[in-house]
Amino acid sequence: MPYLTQLFDVLVIGGGNAALCAAITARRAGASVLVVEHAPRAFRGGNSRHTRNFRAMHTGPTSVLTESYLEEEYWADLQKVTAGKTDEALARMTIRASTQAFAFMQSCDVKFQPSLTGTLSLSRTNAFFLGGGKALLNAYYLTAEKLGVNIIYDSEVTSLDLDDGFVRSVDITERGFPKTLHAKAVIACSGGFQANTGWMHELWGAAADNFVIRGTPYNRGFILKNLLAQGVHPVGDATQFHAVALDARAPKFDGGIATRLDSVPYSIVINRNAERFYDEGEDFWPKRYAIWGRLIAQQPGQIAYSIFDRNSRLLFMPSVYPAISAGSIEALAAALGLSTHALRQTVDSYNAAVGNGSFNPQTLDDCATTNLTPPKSHWARRIETPPFHGYPLRPGITFTYLGVKVNERAQVIMDNNKPSANLFASGEIMAGNILGQGYLAGFGMTIGAVFGCIAGQEAAHYAKN
Amino acid sequence: MQKTETPPCPTAETASLLEARRTMEVCNACRYCESFCAVFPAMEQLREFSKPDLNYLANLCHGCRGCYYACQYAPPHEWGINVPATMAALRFESYQGHAWPRPMARLFNRNGTVLALALAGGIAMVLALTLAFAPGGAFGAAHPVAPGSFYQLIPLIVMQIVGVASFGFSLIAIAISTIRFWRASGSGKISLRHAATALHNAATLRFLSGGGHGCNNNDESFSMARRHLHHAMAYGFMLCFAATCAGFLEEHILGLQAPYPFLSLPVLLGTAGGIGLLTGTGGLLGLKLYRDRTVSPDALAGSDIALLSLLLLAAATGLALLAVRGTEVMGTLLAVHLGTILALFITLPYSRMVHGAFRTAALLRHAAEDDRPG
Repeated sequence: MPYLTQLFDVLVIGGGNAALCAAITARRAGASVLVVEHAPRAFRGGNSRHTRNFRAMHTGPTSVLTESYLEEEYWADLQKVTAGKTDEALARMTIRASTQAFAFMQSCDVKFQPSLTGTLSLSRTNAFFLGGGKALLNAYYLTAEKLGVNIIYDSEVTSLDLDDGFVRSVDITERGFPKTLHAKAVIACSGGFQANTGWMHELWGAAADNFVIRGTPYNRGFILKNLLAQGVHPVGDATQFHAVALDARAPKFDGGIATRLDSVPYSIVINRNAERFYDEGEDFWPKRYAIWGRLIAQQPGQIAYSIFDRNSRLLFMPSVYPAISAGSIEALAAALGLSTHALRQTVDSYNAAVGNGSFNPQTLDDCATTNLTPPKSHWARRIETPPFHGYPLRPGITFTYLGVKVNERAQVIMDNNKPSANLFASGEIMAGNILGQGYLAGFGMTIGAVFGCIAGQEAAHYAKN
Repeated sequence: MQKTETPPCPTAETASLLEARRTMEVCNACRYCESFCAVFPAMEQLREFSKPDLNYLANLCHGCRGCYYACQYAPPHEWGINVPATMAALRFESYQGHAWPRPMARLFNRNGTVLALALAGGIAMVLALTLAFAPGGAFGAAHPVAPGSFYQLIPLIVMQIVGVASFGFSLIAIAISTIRFWRASGSGKISLRHAATALHNAATLRFLSGGGHGCNNNDESFSMARRHLHHAMAYGFMLCFAATCAGFLEEHILGLQAPYPFLSLPVLLGTAGGIGLLTGTGGLLGLKLYRDRTVSPDALAGSDIALLSLLLLAAATGLALLAVRGTEVMGTLLAVHLGTILALFITLPYSRMVHGAFRTAALLRHAAEDDRPG
């Protein structure tokens, strides 16, 4: 146990990718470092423990990345998903620094999967951690411990004493006991607020009760709220979040990757009134999966059902929960708790609108509906061969966009546009600066790693002078 | 390749089997661990997990634990996914379920006790034989290291009959249970090339390397220790076996009688093998004692520790015999050493030793499946 009464050079709030990048970098720069992680050791690492890869610029093939992925293409990809809600200078800096982030991870003995040529569309752009995000965190923590970074678990930072943008002290509860700590510099890496049901309720009303939180239950945004209340400049829209379609049977928190469902393009999706509400076959699933959380969140009761028949059963990744199956549409409606009449009618009118295309899941095929609202543009086949299957779907929140404004040195910016002298931020708490909307697979981890390293460097530099 | 339907299972499914199925269903929806070893890519070929499939996957698993420490669903997560412990339990059931002759399956229950009793019985039996055959006073006397001195205590023919009978029976029993396991684990068509791949993967412990950096023992860090110690043990064991064969040849072809001089093929092979076996089993026992008990539960540790101890004792008594063969304790050590070997031989098909055969069979199915297009 570290002596918490000592004056640390750098105090890091949080224990995920951004936090550990910051802590390790600051320690390597010679600072004494304390990491305050809210979760117990077994659940350390925030949302990073559910991640799998990060997006890295590279000029040629590497051991784990194929071909090349250059700044302009990376930037174009980011512009497409954010629709301009980004900061070009910060974004380009992050993109360029993603090469160093890869080197940093290797210096922490992080293991990567060999590139899976042809099997994953991301093998060119994203480096995959062997075993996923928890294995990445394990490597970070082992490195940090070896370097002499102090880490306390089960300890929550409750508030920062901010005096004109300067952190005077940090209040925490250390394993249930309140303490006030002092550090020369503080790095906030405490994530978003999606797991704060009260806050989500304020913004979304009763609908929020039906949201599933895909990641850690410890991202409650107390630090974010605390900082914004003390004159820190906000970025991002508080009401916005990234959400995908999850199996409704998923646990409220921490269900991670396994609870997502990929059946949508090969099914029809209906709400609890058994009505369709969006084009299931608009585009390839990887390009559309992130809009379905929002679509379901807008349906009554925030629930939907993906309905398909025997012919589509094996077209998508296996689900963690078995599909609900029945011998007839009516029996399936009963099993799902839907109106048999309404489901029959929806399936019949859908089937009647399906044309005779040649079905091909590998292309945007010509299996489209005619005279149906909403249409199904691709992969539309009649639902007619029993057994019939259904998955109940809920919106699964990945992260929120609201954050604190930072500059290129990861310094937190105050409402008067002046940077704080000794408060830095990295990770989901500031990702909204660069990713104001949408999502690019693996980019959250890139932002966390890049800004984590910058914040660690800057905080150590500040503390040592 | 996609399996379409799970065939109806003729026998009842155990709790271990159900847990293995639940585990694989979670893993198949996650797939983060696909580069650790052969288990996950093999799992991805399946959508539903029949009893044969699960027995196959369980025996493909080395228990390297890479997936456990990387798992976002590992305990205390409510899903409590623990692939190495789950597979170890099912693997153990597959040894039991295919034991031959069938009633001997119960020897896997309390396997540590069974091996300990076999050891006591083996030593007692050899002591009895020695006392029965050795001329009066020969047992406790100092023996010159001269040809035939061992056989003054136990006649060569008795040694050979007991050795060949016990080892021969065990080989037959292991062969039969492996064939039964092979048939029950969904094996397909295989070729000589598949056999070569499987033997190579078994001999190099290819999948105990976690993808190149080693496996976990009792925490998140990686190490090649287990793989290297297992190599020392397994190849040490084979060298000891080679030493026995060399001795047999010297005896019957060259007409030279044991004990042999230090600079002879049987003694050199046996010494090298004994040192390897001693190092390997000692190291593995150490790792076993300091293991993470959530990944390697106590319920299954008894059989591991018993076999490792028996092998360690066989190596230690063999090397000790070499050191003291000219003294008056030679008789006692010879009896203890031969008794240990006897216990090892007769329990071979009812100890953790069968894992080598079952794993090779699983690697054979893996090599064949890996070779199939799609």
